[in-house]
Amino acid sequence: MAQIKVKIISNSRVSGNYRHLEFESGLIAKHAIAGQFVNIKVVDGWEPLLRRPLSIHSVKGQKVKVIYEILGKGTQILSTRKPGEFLDILGPLGNGFNSLSPNTHHLTPILIAGGIGVAPLVFLAEKLKLSKPLVLIGAMSKKQILCLQEFKALGCTVELATDDGSVGFKGRVTDLLRIVLEQTPLETRQKSRSAVTSGNLFLTGQAKRVELFSCGPHPMLKAVAQIAGEHKINAQLSLEEHMACGIGACLGCVVATKSGYKTVCKDGPVFSSEELVW
Amino acid sequence: MVKQMKPNLNVKIGNLDLKNPVMVASGTFGYAREFEDFMDLKKLGAIVTKTITLKARQGNLTPRTCETPAGMLNSIGLENPGIDKFIQEKLPFLRKLGIPVIVSIAAEETPNEFAILVKRLDQISEVSAMELNISCPNLQKNKLISQDVKDTLELVSVVRKLTSKCLIAKLSPSVTSITQIALAAQSGGADAVALINTLGGMSIDVHKRTPKLGAWVGGLSGPAIRPIAVKMVWEAYNKIKIPIIGMGGIMDTESALEFFIAGATAISVGTANFINPQTSQEIITGLEQYMLKNNMQNLSALTGRLKACKA
Repeated sequence: MAQIKVKIISNSRVSGNYRHLEFESGLIAKHAIAGQFVNIKVVDGWEPLLRRPLSIHSVKGQKVKVIYEILGKGTQILSTRKPGEFLDILGPLGNGFNSLSPNTHHLTPILIAGGIGVAPLVFLAEKLKLSKPLVLIGAMSKKQILCLQEFKALGCTVELATDDGSVGFKGRVTDLLRIVLEQTPLETRQKSRSAVTSGNLFLTGQAKRVELFSCGPHPMLKAVAQIAGEHKINAQLSLEEHMACGIGACLGCVVATKSGYKTVCKDGPVFSSEELVW
Repeated sequence: MVKQMKPNLNVKIGNLDLKNPVMVASGTFGYAREFEDFMDLKKLGAIVTKTITLKARQGNLTPRTCETPAGMLNSIGLENPGIDKFIQEKLPFLRKLGIPVIVSIAAEETPNEFAILVKRLDQISEVSAMELNISCPNLQKNKLISQDVKDTLELVSVVRKLTSKCLIAKLSPSVTSITQIALAAQSGGADAVALINTLGGMSIDVHKRTPKLGAWVGGLSGPAIRPIAVKMVWEAYNKIKIPIIGMGGIMDTESALEFFIAGATAISVGTANFINPQTSQEIITGLEQYMLKNNMQNLSALTGRLKACKA
């Protein structure tokens, strides 16, 4: 990890208040692990004071992309930064997803994204693409579904869930996860063509086991952890907290774990569901 | 052109010699290791550790930080592993750096804990100094030690007898008269005062109608508090004889210079470490350049050299 000045390549609207920011950094591109983040100083001065932590969304060559939602002053200012300008960045920070565990290739990854939580999961899907991940994306309505095409381009099977039913399953993405898991017995799953939602097929064949990877709002992660516990499967969860430093110094962004408080910025943002205390 | 001599940045705080007057403030630099990838730690004048208590503390509920205009609130609540684990797990790294280590300490229940901590740290040769954190707003106390002249005098006097190491009293700005408290610390035998700790503050989420911090209230830091800090350093400088370590919203060389001119012998970089981890290193360079440009050989030519507007 390092403090570097990076050149903005593009900074444009994706849909609604969601935006893509792409910048050039060989260093971050080389070292980034899915689930890690960069801490961006959006202005040269001190207002707003703190950096804005954003998950790494994709890495292509020397180009690094993040997705953000314009929510407050910091992201509003970030949205005005132009290609060619430089940003002061710390990164890559944090402890990312473990996509290289010896078992990974024998497991079918299920990625569960809520809202802007899709951001790090696209990067993860790229790393896991040989395992043909199943991706479940939840959002309030169709308009807030992000990155659908990116997941599809990576060969992922994608199922959607929206609160208003405007696309895919009507209800929570975690309810969809429950249905998916219950229709695909873990050890003995032979063929699951059950039309979960829109008729898309889910996992084919092999008696693989699943591993869950999730990023999204806290209540959603809590539900994922609970479902993982019920099914005795492992879930890697990427958490979000208010951060000041982003490097484990201020102890502002802690989360309760079985071994006491840990920092989301340095020990996380990715934690095993078994480790967390809800 | 006459070749100028490199300015001398040495300063003395009690019996502690610093190669330069730039430190990092307690609670903003962890135990230094967190910053090793971002700067050359050996360049620092001194490191002040996160505050240590007798027993481990898990700290306050989250959210623990919140951004405010030109500043931030924190209510970490002195999360730390306790003195034993600090000595076992954190001190070895600090020891290797070969720069002065100032250990910040606080009491949770009774002032007597300060005495136990001071006695303990007095035995450790790598501990250069101790900073008495008698001003943390996050302990849910009705009154801080440094909000009372008598309490400040009493505490400093008691611990003074227990160590010959440099003792720094870190004071709260949430007082009627900072000079009265600084004088009390001086009378008690403190080698220096650190001015200022954070100011008590609060921020409210109007949509949820809840406090933005899990602990409801916290300590305000950052550029927003700098004018308050500079004034307090200046006021204290005019009344006390012991050195002042100035802090409060120092973000760059220029803001550090304000503190020296107001009367600080040394300065600490705090909140800025969160935003630009290289701030302290940049200030060391910037300070040297300023001294060169203004023909200052020693920092004594800078500290307290405030002039009247129409002089």
